[in-house]
Amino acid sequence: MILIAIDHAHGAPRRGAFELVSAARGLGSDVAAVVLGGPEAAPVAAALAAFVPSVVHVDDAALDHPSHERRTTALASVAGELGAEVVLLVAGRGGQAVAPRLALRLGGTLLEDVAAVRRDGTAVVAERLAYLSRASLTVRATAAPVVVSVKPGAYPAAAPADAPGSVASRSVAFTAADDAARPGERRSVARGRVALEEADVVVCGGRGLGDAASFERLVVGLADELGAGVASTRAVVDAGWRPYDEQVGQTGKSVAPKLYFALGVSGAVQHLSGMNRSGTVVAVNKDGDAPIFKASDYGIVGDVREVLPALRAALAGLD
Amino acid sequence: MIIATYVKHVPDAEARLAADGGRIAVDDHAYALDGMDEYGVEAAVRLKEAGLADEVVALAIGPARSEAALRTALALGADRAVLLETDDDLDPLAQAGPLAEATRACGAELLLVGGKQADWDSAALGPAVAEALGWPVCDWTTELRLEGREVAAVHDVDDGSEAWSASLPVVVTTQQGLNEPRYPTLPNIMKAKRKPLERRPLTATARVVTLAAALPSRARRGVRLEGDAATVASELARRLRDEAKVL
Ligand SMILES: Cc1cc2nc3c(=O)[nH]c(=O)nc-3n(C[C@H](O)[C@H](O)[C@H](O)COP(=O)(O)OP(=O)(O)OC[C@H]3O[C@@H](n4cnc5c(N)ncnc54)[C@H](O)[C@@H]3O)c2cc1C
Repeated sequence: MILIAIDHAHGAPRRGAFELVSAARGLGSDVAAVVLGGPEAAPVAAALAAFVPSVVHVDDAALDHPSHERRTTALASVAGELGAEVVLLVAGRGGQAVAPRLALRLGGTLLEDVAAVRRDGTAVVAERLAYLSRASLTVRATAAPVVVSVKPGAYPAAAPADAPGSVASRSVAFTAADDAARPGERRSVARGRVALEEADVVVCGGRGLGDAASFERLVVGLADELGAGVASTRAVVDAGWRPYDEQVGQTGKSVAPKLYFALGVSGAVQHLSGMNRSGTVVAVNKDGDAPIFKASDYGIVGDVREVLPALRAALAGLD
Repeated sequence: MIIATYVKHVPDAEARLAADGGRIAVDDHAYALDGMDEYGVEAAVRLKEAGLADEVVALAIGPARSEAALRTALALGADRAVLLETDDDLDPLAQAGPLAEATRACGAELLLVGGKQADWDSAALGPAVAEALGWPVCDWTTELRLEGREVAAVHDVDDGSEAWSASLPVVVTTQQGLNEPRYPTLPNIMKAKRKPLERRPLTATARVVTLAAALPSRARRGVRLEGDAATVASELARRLRDEAKVL
């Protein structure tokens, strides 16, 4: 059977949960979802039952914002009990920290941050990027169970199933090792804007914006108008104009929106590795030889301070 | 207290790649110490300089050329180095056991590992070795303090950052923002040549096999729009809606 681990926030599954449903359905029909967390997670489990035949809610407040260790133990216990052959997680930060621990704990294999996963006879095979996203590899797991972390956005969100599934609650026993780490206060940076990894449109500004105020006015302004996520390059983060969690690239986030604007961005390999899976890429740069143009569908050679106000006006003028 | 810091010898970002019979071939001269691991070396050396650690041991797994990455770590301030030598392309889970063993063997209670490796594009080694050791892991760490045996850290989580604390022993994965790594000075590069570097053969079995490798280049339209700002802007808006159909 295929087990999917559900991420949730504010009592609802995250978008990645429905992408995992799509990935799981491609691997088999015997799909179960596992939801971790206290009473607040109950509506999450109920929501998932519309999509998969069976949902397990590990109902324990010790799993609200859990350490990686607690999360690993809870998932391992459910995966073991259900005899999961494949466990799917979203390859966000949390999922990428838990997936390797879980794979080792289960004595299985890890296929990490995959863009696609399928069965090849009894084997599980996946496509993933490597070498700063410059190469793509087809990889096969040599031992079961196979833990797979799936790149956010790699699969479309699934539609509900024809028949609703069932929800079962259970508990889990933790050991001292699970409690060794003490996660503390969280600072969320969502700021009411769409999460970068979940955004259909991403507007990214680079050092070409000149300063923090221009970035705010031009890049954030365009993003707000489009309901888009805001991204920046490392140069911008290093300059202190924007927070690190907006950085896209090798050391930052990896995004694949339908539409990506690269504004005043040179297009260094380390930046491209975080955005080269985007659908349509638009670049605005005053240097016609900037490498970003080779990675773009539409390029405008010009000054961001002139092109962006004109673009906002033009987009507002579309009916 | 002994600190172990893992370093990997990876192709640099500009290295030329070729897809060669189901694997990726890299120009042999284009390897360097993974930038992500430099933050760990720097953190370890600073803790030692602050009198909070007695010894910094650099650990690597890989082919003979990985010695260069270890020599860099030694030039940056590590005291000694151990290379677990293998020509096999081992996935992170296959490396976790041997790395855990080497960490225990040198008596380390803090293991630093780069947050993401630039060859496999993998963030798995830190959590995997933590599992093999039975230690907690703090991933994507941007602040790290040590008081006695207490570790206080701040790390990135999916939608923000989180405070994190634990008692030694722990695994910490490092990234940009943790510190500003120093550059090796010429005298330190010379000194590093005389620091102890031990090589041990490693036999381990890969758990993941690569069936095929390719260098995809996504076909882009490559359209250049020219003219005054108002003209190119309305042309772009129209094309995004009608041609690319993304608005
Ligand atoms: C280990 C490592 C990891 C890294 N990780 C990342 C990462 O995760 N993400 C990342 O982004 N980078 C990363 N980098 C850095 C990367 O190599 C580049 O330095 C960085 O992406 C450059 O940012 P930029 O394009 O904003 O700035 P620049 O390279 O300075 O480019 C600015 C661009 O703006 C253009 N410009 C200037 N003024 C205007 C104007 N008025 N109108 C229009 N265009 C204008 C210029 O022509 C230029 O092309 C990493 C580097 C290393 C070594």
